[in-house]
Amino acid sequence: MKPKIILILSEIRPEFDFDSQINFIESGMLDSFDVVSLVTALDEEFNISIDGLDIVPENFSTLEAMVALLTKYGCK
Amino acid sequence: MKKNILEYFFETVDALPNKIAVSESNAKITFAQLDQSAQALANKIIATKDLIKVPIAVYLDKSIDLIIADIGITYSGNFFMNLDVKSPEDRIRNIIDLVKPTLIITDAQKVSIVKELTNSHIIQVDDLKLRDENYARIDLKRRLNKLIDTDPFCVINTSGSTGTPKGVVLNHRSYANYTRWGISKFNFNADTKLGVLSPVIFDHFHYELCLMMTTGAELVLLDNNQAMFPIKILENLKSSQVNYIFWVPTIMVNIANMDLLSRISLPELKMIWFAGEVFPTKQFNYWRAHFPESVFVNLYGPTEATVDCTFYVVDRILADDEPIPIGNSCNNTDVIILDDQNNIVDKEGEGELCIRGTSLAMGYYNNPEKTAEAFVQNPLNISYPEIIYRTGDVVEYNIYGELIFKGRKDTLIKHLGYRIELGEIEHLAINNLNLFKNACALYNQTKKEILLVYESESEIPITIIRKELSRVLPKYMIPTIIDRVDQMPRNANGKIDRALLRKMFC
Repeated sequence: MKPKIILILSEIRPEFDFDSQINFIESGMLDSFDVVSLVTALDEEFNISIDGLDIVPENFSTLEAMVALLTKYGCK
Repeated sequence: MKKNILEYFFETVDALPNKIAVSESNAKITFAQLDQSAQALANKIIATKDLIKVPIAVYLDKSIDLIIADIGITYSGNFFMNLDVKSPEDRIRNIIDLVKPTLIITDAQKVSIVKELTNSHIIQVDDLKLRDENYARIDLKRRLNKLIDTDPFCVINTSGSTGTPKGVVLNHRSYANYTRWGISKFNFNADTKLGVLSPVIFDHFHYELCLMMTTGAELVLLDNNQAMFPIKILENLKSSQVNYIFWVPTIMVNIANMDLLSRISLPELKMIWFAGEVFPTKQFNYWRAHFPESVFVNLYGPTEATVDCTFYVVDRILADDEPIPIGNSCNNTDVIILDDQNNIVDKEGEGELCIRGTSLAMGYYNNPEKTAEAFVQNPLNISYPEIIYRTGDVVEYNIYGELIFKGRKDTLIKHLGYRIELGEIEHLAINNLNLFKNACALYNQTKKEILLVYESESEIPITIIRKELSRVLPKYMIPTIIDRVDQMPRNANGKIDRALLRKMFC
């Protein structure tokens, strides 16, 4: 799952290395436009529909957080 | 009659010194404190450069400090131009080169970026002990007496097809006129609490600032980075008891699509305005169903006519497939619909919406050519000089005599509330970055996506294109979809066939 997420992230923001421990939101690597694109891309790639209540900074701040979120939706 | 927005502010400060004027996540400021800080900054500005009626740029996040800067600049007898701190440096540099602001106001965190951009004088708001010092308002008032109501209040930059934004110059009279229309029509007062989501470079933001200064309303500054997390914004509205919002439909559509209004109740929210782009009626009806008691107003207007020139208070059931009208003109503004032969359209048929009145901007800063193209003599009046603004927007009347927005005469689009000249994206990609020989930018209305189709025999990696574009374009202008063709389809005149491309890709 991780490589897929990294690929999606790197297409949205090619200038950053997402294989890192930095907080993507606090560091400004992802901004409001990116999160919208990211949610759409994750929905399409994993064939899920992320609930609005789950679209909060904590769920998108790191790779691990995104993996945990997707796992909750039954993704493998 | 007041000559200057500040004259309204003086009355508010005297009447409500201890009331909160602006709040942000961790701070609040009262009217008296805001007044003191703005005066202190004005004195610092005058001590640095003793000029009046010159542009001063503000390079700050949306914050209490930015509002102090905007009002402080006005106090100094000058006019402010808020810059987008998220824009690429090249774009900011283009704006600065065109407008040549006398001073730039920023803070410690951003001063190193500003130093890279310009040799202008820099004032750091956080350098001053603004809130602790006392300054006399009297000397500043004497300075302000030299100004008249048609002197500039602010400059707002909009996208231009040549790659450099156009700086729309707006005066005190037009902002006072629009703000007073809002107050008299909708009874805004000191109990009004506005949830401010607009970026500081939007004309909405300037109106919200004027409304606070004039009525004593409170501005609740909402973090734009939260726009990606709509539930956070809604929680914020609830805890701050916001009763009035003036938003761009994009975020409201997201909230509707995520069905967030069923999860959170906002009993205080009574006044809901939206403008900046078309609000799809299906998602609008979702909002309306959740706020049956609230007033919904659709507003329309270009920055060149001071925020908005027409409005429609939703007063009947709208079917999901029926467009929301843009209504009729605001008080003391006239809209004229002209067909291709400059004949007036009063009942049937489409035409270009043109605007007449106090709301018109003074023109584009340091740009007489573009000013002359858009601000023209009223073709219906051959007897004396009378300027109208040609919006390029095509409209028609519905059976109720309300205006309906139909589309554009050119390639200007509204995306996420921003006005974007598709030609600017093409120009920068082709001529500045030399990425392609030929490219065409298109907009998909339904998906709200910008597409860029380029001509090339071989594929260029998307990551490279995106990376290059992000050096010169702000985020909201970067195409979502990037596609390649071997050869651009062309029409009989050899021009790129945009209609065919749209069929192929949208």
